[in-house]
Amino acid sequence: MIISVASGKGGTGKTTIAVNLALALQSDHTVQFLDCDVEEPNAHFFLKPRIEESQDILIPIPDVDDSLCTYCGKCAEVCAYNALAVVKGAVLVFAELCHGCGACSLLCPEKAIREVGKRIGVIESGWAGDIRFLYGRLDIGQAMSPPVIRTLKKKMDPSRIVVIDAPPGTSCPVIESLKHSEFCLLVTEPTPFGLHDLELAAGAAEEMKIPCGVVINRASLGGGDGEVRDFCAREELPVLMTIPFDRKIAEAYSRGQTILEAFPVYRSAFLGLFENIKKLLS
Amino acid sequence: MKQIVVVSGKGGTGKTVMSACFAFLARNAVLADVDVDASNLHLLLRPEIQERHVFRSGRKARIDAGKCTGCGLCLPLCRYDALFEDREGKVVVEPLSCEGCGVCFHICPEQAVEMETQVAGEWYVSKTKYGPFVHARLGIAEENSGKLVTEVRKKAREIAESEGRDLVIMDGSPGIGCPVIASLTGTDLALVVTEPTPSGRHDMERIVGLARHFKIRVACCINKFDLNPENSEEIERWCGEQSIPVTGKITFDAAVLESVVRGVPYVEYTSNSTADEIRRMWFSLLELIDHP
Repeated sequence: MIISVASGKGGTGKTTIAVNLALALQSDHTVQFLDCDVEEPNAHFFLKPRIEESQDILIPIPDVDDSLCTYCGKCAEVCAYNALAVVKGAVLVFAELCHGCGACSLLCPEKAIREVGKRIGVIESGWAGDIRFLYGRLDIGQAMSPPVIRTLKKKMDPSRIVVIDAPPGTSCPVIESLKHSEFCLLVTEPTPFGLHDLELAAGAAEEMKIPCGVVINRASLGGGDGEVRDFCAREELPVLMTIPFDRKIAEAYSRGQTILEAFPVYRSAFLGLFENIKKLLS
Repeated sequence: MKQIVVVSGKGGTGKTVMSACFAFLARNAVLADVDVDASNLHLLLRPEIQERHVFRSGRKARIDAGKCTGCGLCLPLCRYDALFEDREGKVVVEPLSCEGCGVCFHICPEQAVEMETQVAGEWYVSKTKYGPFVHARLGIAEENSGKLVTEVRKKAREIAESEGRDLVIMDGSPGIGCPVIASLTGTDLALVVTEPTPSGRHDMERIVGLARHFKIRVACCINKFDLNPENSEEIERWCGEQSIPVTGKITFDAAVLESVVRGVPYVEYTSNSTADEIRRMWFSLLELIDHP
């Protein structure tokens, strides 16, 4: 089963929920954890995995052979991302704009373009206890996280329970992370910001036809629980779990502790959360 | 005219709360929300929208089933797994995966593929009691957030120039990818709002790395610094080593949330020691902007 954890707004507790769910499940299930927030991966601070393997993520970018190029301009014409320009006697490649689609090399009439790999990030994998742990990390200065997420997602093992920690927002990196999920947990906080972005995230999941449930984190903070619950009722989104606002939880987080480490009583709540998801899917 | 952007790497550290305070404290600024993906600044600035603009960007493939012969030439060439064969053997596009590269369009022998321009969002020019405000809403599941950020920034600069305003204040998005790069480039100062947690610290180091990559000056704000004083000290030490001025250490204060619920910038909502910390930070930032 593939469960992704998303939110719209950053900092609502996606990583906290994903990590603690995985930890609660590991004794009775085989669990795989994928940290798809490759711009700012954080789950490893809490799961503290032993990394065993590391793989560079490359995207193919064009390399023009000047001895074959006639500067006809076809490559620049077909590039949808303006990553190539042909000026008098030279082809300029703007690698940071290239999406690696291969149109230029495919369509060059002189076969003067070959593709070379450019590193944009890395995927690391290992074990956190019995949890198979994988995460991606975009290199600083690289703009495009989807290829890193796509490669990471190819390593999903559907025979395990896959828990995906998604990035914030609702644009392409989120879509790439949520794709193929059977269920999406939306983590929100009862503030106007949390509610506003929950609406966006719920919209994205709906567009992708992924069934959703909501976790209200820092409940009673800001007094907006009622509005979040009203929204969930209106949209027929089940509220599957509530974690009260507690400065002690925030302090434990600041020390790199998980909720289950600091407050073991939560174990049954996370197991209950999983049972609720199973019920909704059956 | 100078530009300051508020970023963080990690989400939820307090970028929008600080940006709204700066909007209140600044005398002659244009405000912009460059978190086009999950924008929130409008919830505190309460804008009155004056202009709406459609944001068209990017294209997606659409296949004419009448022309597709099902030859399958396009299928292995799509690198985004966006093309599928349906039951009748015709190729269909999965729009959420299509990145609009046009490979299928160019190689289709039947010219069955059309590339359609997408409406990817909207952007707005608004009036607020704090000054003009440019903001946007990217369509759900859309791409090209970087281009929309660039659009918002362009308009904000235009307004600043035409109205003789000397500062653009921008509320940024989390992460270090495409939209963040588009918000950072060419700014005079990036304020990194962090928190004393392992994630806050790690994500700050990455966003500082990104700002340095683009040669942007950085200042730091440690929000909720009393949540873990030891971690805060470590962040300060690290900033010292990196010659990054720590312009503010803001107390963890439940009243901040009340101000968000009321939809008012914190320094306008109340006067207390936390509000004073934010005021002092703003004046140090102005110093930094004025004396590069």
